[in-house]
Amino acid sequence: MELLMAVTAGLLFTAAIYLILSRSLIKVVLGTGLLSHGAHLFILTMGGLGGDAPPVLADGVDSFADPLPQALILTAIVISFGVTAFILVLAYRTYAVHKTDDLSLMKGNDEHD
Amino acid sequence: MTLEFVLLIFLPIVAALFIPLLFRKIKGIHTGWFVLAVPVVLFIYYTTFIKTTMDGGHALSELQWIPSLGISFVSYLDGLSILFSLLITGIGALVVLYSIFYLDKNKEKLGNFYVYLLLFMSAMLGVVQSDNVISLYLFWELTSISSFLLIGYWFTRDGSRFGALKSMMVTVFGGLMMLGGFILLGIMGGTFSIRELIAQSSTFVGHEFFTLALVLILLGAFTKSAQFPFYIWLPDAMEAPTPVSAYLHSATMVKAGLYLVARFTPIFAASEVWIWLVTGIGLLTLFWGSLFAVKQTDLKAILAFSTVSQLGLIMSLLGAGAITFHVDEALFSFAMFAAIFHLINHATFKGSLFMIAGIVDHETGTRDIRKLGGLMSIMPVSFTVAFIGSMSMAGLPPFNGFLSKEMFLQSMLAIRHFELFNFSTWGVVFPVVAWIASVFTFIYSFYFVFKTFAGKQKIGKLPRKPHEAPFGMLISPVILAMLVVTIFFIPNVVGKWLVKPAVMAIQPYQYSHPSEVGVHVSAWHGFDSPELWLTVGIVLIGGLLYLSLSKWQKFYGIQPDTLSLNALYDTTMMFSEKGMNRLSRIYMTGLIRTYLLYIFAFLSVTTIAMLFLQDAFAVDMSSFSKISAYGLINAVILLLAVAFVLLSKTRLGAIISLGAVGYSVALFFVIFKAPDLALTQLVIETVSVALFLLAFQHLPKLSDHGEKKSHKFVNAIIALGVGVTVTLVALSSHSQKLVQSISQYYKDTVETEAGGGNIVNVILVDYRGFDTLFEIAVLAIAGIGVLGMIKLRLARKESSDENK
Repeated sequence: MELLMAVTAGLLFTAAIYLILSRSLIKVVLGTGLLSHGAHLFILTMGGLGGDAPPVLADGVDSFADPLPQALILTAIVISFGVTAFILVLAYRTYAVHKTDDLSLMKGNDEHD
Repeated sequence: MTLEFVLLIFLPIVAALFIPLLFRKIKGIHTGWFVLAVPVVLFIYYTTFIKTTMDGGHALSELQWIPSLGISFVSYLDGLSILFSLLITGIGALVVLYSIFYLDKNKEKLGNFYVYLLLFMSAMLGVVQSDNVISLYLFWELTSISSFLLIGYWFTRDGSRFGALKSMMVTVFGGLMMLGGFILLGIMGGTFSIRELIAQSSTFVGHEFFTLALVLILLGAFTKSAQFPFYIWLPDAMEAPTPVSAYLHSATMVKAGLYLVARFTPIFAASEVWIWLVTGIGLLTLFWGSLFAVKQTDLKAILAFSTVSQLGLIMSLLGAGAITFHVDEALFSFAMFAAIFHLINHATFKGSLFMIAGIVDHETGTRDIRKLGGLMSIMPVSFTVAFIGSMSMAGLPPFNGFLSKEMFLQSMLAIRHFELFNFSTWGVVFPVVAWIASVFTFIYSFYFVFKTFAGKQKIGKLPRKPHEAPFGMLISPVILAMLVVTIFFIPNVVGKWLVKPAVMAIQPYQYSHPSEVGVHVSAWHGFDSPELWLTVGIVLIGGLLYLSLSKWQKFYGIQPDTLSLNALYDTTMMFSEKGMNRLSRIYMTGLIRTYLLYIFAFLSVTTIAMLFLQDAFAVDMSSFSKISAYGLINAVILLLAVAFVLLSKTRLGAIISLGAVGYSVALFFVIFKAPDLALTQLVIETVSVALFLLAFQHLPKLSDHGEKKSHKFVNAIIALGVGVTVTLVALSSHSQKLVQSISQYYKDTVETEAGGGNIVNVILVDYRGFDTLFEIAVLAIAGIGVLGMIKLRLARKESSDENK
């Protein structure tokens, strides 16, 4: 299962990086969304995918999934949500001000050196 | 209690603090008069040490600076330091006196001038008296800085700024090299004290750092003392006010390199490289400088090249003097004496010549030798001084230059007899080059004095009507000229008081008392001495060449400007500025894609390379859990959704596909027994998609802006590289777990310690509550940021810009 998940996370990264390298601002935002999904799955896989039950104490259950990566991912999900929301609005504002979403046009000029 | 004379090094700096105040408050009196007291007092004080050094003794005064690092200010006064200290304060006093009449108290910024000058004086005293190499370096750089300030004194002129920058570049380059050499010496000897280094210098020979330290320290000395090929800054430094040129660029600062070579001779004289470099470069500089002095048309430029040349002469003598380390014969013993003796002589005659050049400039308004002539009858005193100085420079009796020139030729002849280090084969080159250089020295000395003062009067063409300089301006050059003559008649007194103690300081392995330096200077060696005939030859050939100067001077025009060392310097500077600018413009495109490409390419290449190098590909399949059918199906769904995000042509399609990815990630969380994660992921994904849809109206249409195929291909390659890297790292690190998870602790104590059952939640709010606190902060900041971006409209100003 870890092999499958590692490949899935790798493909998520590939897609995310491809989008981030594109010239369209909105694709970059989409890419960061995919990137955080890939990272979360990566962390989960690294913690090991074994365990018979959720990490909640219950009678007669001995083998839990590792709770620490889950706690880390939970934190990461919230933070990446905050950041995604922020850059989404940033992209919206950039588009509103510059009337373009072509990143190759957003390179400043010599006055800003 | 004795006076801690190390503090006297700082006296000029302390005095400098009051100069601007005096300059502002006391308008009636020229500020220079207050300054004059400083070098005079110091000069008188340092003369009291002559008695000690004449007996072969020394005086020491120490001020701790950073004891834990072995760094201190030390004033170590032996024969060599006293000689230099007297030169610095003595010539310093004369130069200050001269500057009082040279610089106008109403037109010039005297406050600046004297502050820089006093700063320089302190720095120079520090250089020659320091026994600690680190404080020596500190003062060394302070001389570079104060020299920079003095050259750029008339900072509104382009030439001044160019000259100041050039001298700064060259000397600071050398200074840094020298610091490297000092640190290597400190590593070799375990101390920064020069005396202690000298004491154990015999253990350095053969050390792996020995030759490197030697070359680095020589680089420092050669750049400061304007040796070939670093002399290029000195002619450009002539933009400085003439008192500065007289003081720094003839008598003191340019001799700091000579001092350094002399001071470190006991450590490095054992090396063949040292003797060859110091003697060879010195002789080359002597020849080169004398050759090009005749080409110059500016009085100060002639003097600058002549200084370069004479410094080369002293340098070559210092190298020849180091031979005594190997062969203790009378034949070589006077080279060092000659070096020190000529050093004194040069300071006297060159100082006076610079002052005369300044006077000529001051009284006629030009320094161009082609416009000058026939000033002899108008400026008789100046002419007399110039004549004495030039004849001494040319090496004619009855002036002190004659004595040192004779000893120089004698030393160069003696080098032929030195049998080590291939000198027996190549040694014959030395007297020949020295003789030719002396001929050119003779020519430019005559050229300097007679083209200016003899010949036809061209008064009508001069910018100012010339007349003799005021009395005050003449005092200093006249005193120096009198010294030139006096030293000729009493060379042995000077030798006994100043030169021999200095020689003893340079050659401690050979002498234990100054009187052992068995050199007796005499003006007349008899007809059978070869030096006499060499001098006669110099006068005859030099005289003939001088008389035919107009016929062959044009040959200097053959050398194109683009093949000079100055052109090399200019090209180097231009390349560093423009070339580096161009280089950074190539890779800094301003496009975010470029930078991301660098980052991602670097990340995947280095990571994969490290995995490969460390042989970390081992994948342990046995640690993997079974592939479940749900997992497989979900993975396929997720990847399909990802593919839709990539391929979608519309915004809506992409957003919905992104949502699908999020939900299948949530499903993964369910499969892998993470209920809290699944809940959060579902909610957050929903909110995210809602956010995207909210902004939908305002978002741009999906477009690749007609991106080139090749760009897309590179992007895909890099993206794939990162993906492969991630997969490899995941597999490799999962297979090589070194320690057990700490989660067992959480499982064991979650109920007893924290009183909860949901381990993930207890970790979030109890075990690792700080994470949660700041994650809340992140959300708050993001919220405020979003609000700010939507509400805040600082763009009003920008939009008015756009309308322009």
